Amino acid sequence: MRRYWWKILCIVLLLYNCIAGLLVELPQRVAYEESNMYESMRNFFFHVPMWFSQFILITVSLVYSIRYLRRNDLRQDWYAVEFARTATVLGCLGLVTGSIWSRYTWGAFWSNDPKQTGAAIALLIYFAYFILRNSMTDMDKRGRVAAVYNIFAYFLYIPLIFILPRMVESLHPGGLGNEGNPGLSGSSLDPKMRMIFWPGVLGWTLLGVWVTTLFYRVRLLEEKYPTA
Amino acid sequence: MKQLFITLFVLLCTTGVMAQDTAEGINEGLRAGGKIYVVLAVAVTILVGLILYIVRLDKKVSRLEKQLKK
Repeated sequence: MRRYWWKILCIVLLLYNCIAGLLVELPQRVAYEESNMYESMRNFFFHVPMWFSQFILITVSLVYSIRYLRRNDLRQDWYAVEFARTATVLGCLGLVTGSIWSRYTWGAFWSNDPKQTGAAIALLIYFAYFILRNSMTDMDKRGRVAAVYNIFAYFLYIPLIFILPRMVESLHPGGLGNEGNPGLSGSSLDPKMRMIFWPGVLGWTLLGVWVTTLFYRVRLLEEKYPTA
Repeated sequence: MKQLFITLFVLLCTTGVMAQDTAEGINEGLRAGGKIYVVLAVAVTILVGLILYIVRLDKKVSRLEKQLKK
């Protein structure tokens, strides 16, 4: 129980997020009068947590990469790559779900919107991380180069996702001026929605950690590393 | 065996939802609220199915770890 309580919490949060996200009453004004989102506003509970949990997981991956460079312990490198991998899967899901949502609110699956383009480039940078890491056979060299690149990738990710799309006009909330769906930013989000959104972020992050630790444990078994 | 049981259970859940379609009665049970509850049932079924799947994987890895430690 001491060791797996967070897995139970994860399941409870995900079920709560899914059920409440589909059943909660949407703010009429934001969903129907001020935007063309209608019921698709519920995507907020499912699409956005993908990106939030993705960001949390790549941050954890960054920490492990730094730890690897400091300690030269191979396990830190394995944690870093597995966290980055899970995060990239969540990022791909975020990109696809965003694309589906945009088809019905912005008019096309892909609008070359700064946010969409930035997210796609950020994912490509992480793809390059795996390719780079797998291109080397020497374990120590691979770990060091991959860790340095991972740090670089993280600090490219931030301007691509958080800064550049906000400096230009964008259909996505958070862009310059009042473009995009006004409903999903700050003040117009009512507390009821926050109470579904944040548990969702935590739930998806925990699921990401769960999957990552499974992959990590399998890797330890593969490498015949003595398990604790 | 357990796999089969879980698969059957999940399938039963979904057929339960489908059976509502042929039953008599208007806007009752899962048909209320513009049939949003049907979507809910489907989404929760998928989620529960995936969670059971990952729980199984977790147990399998734990078992392997124990075996290799011996």
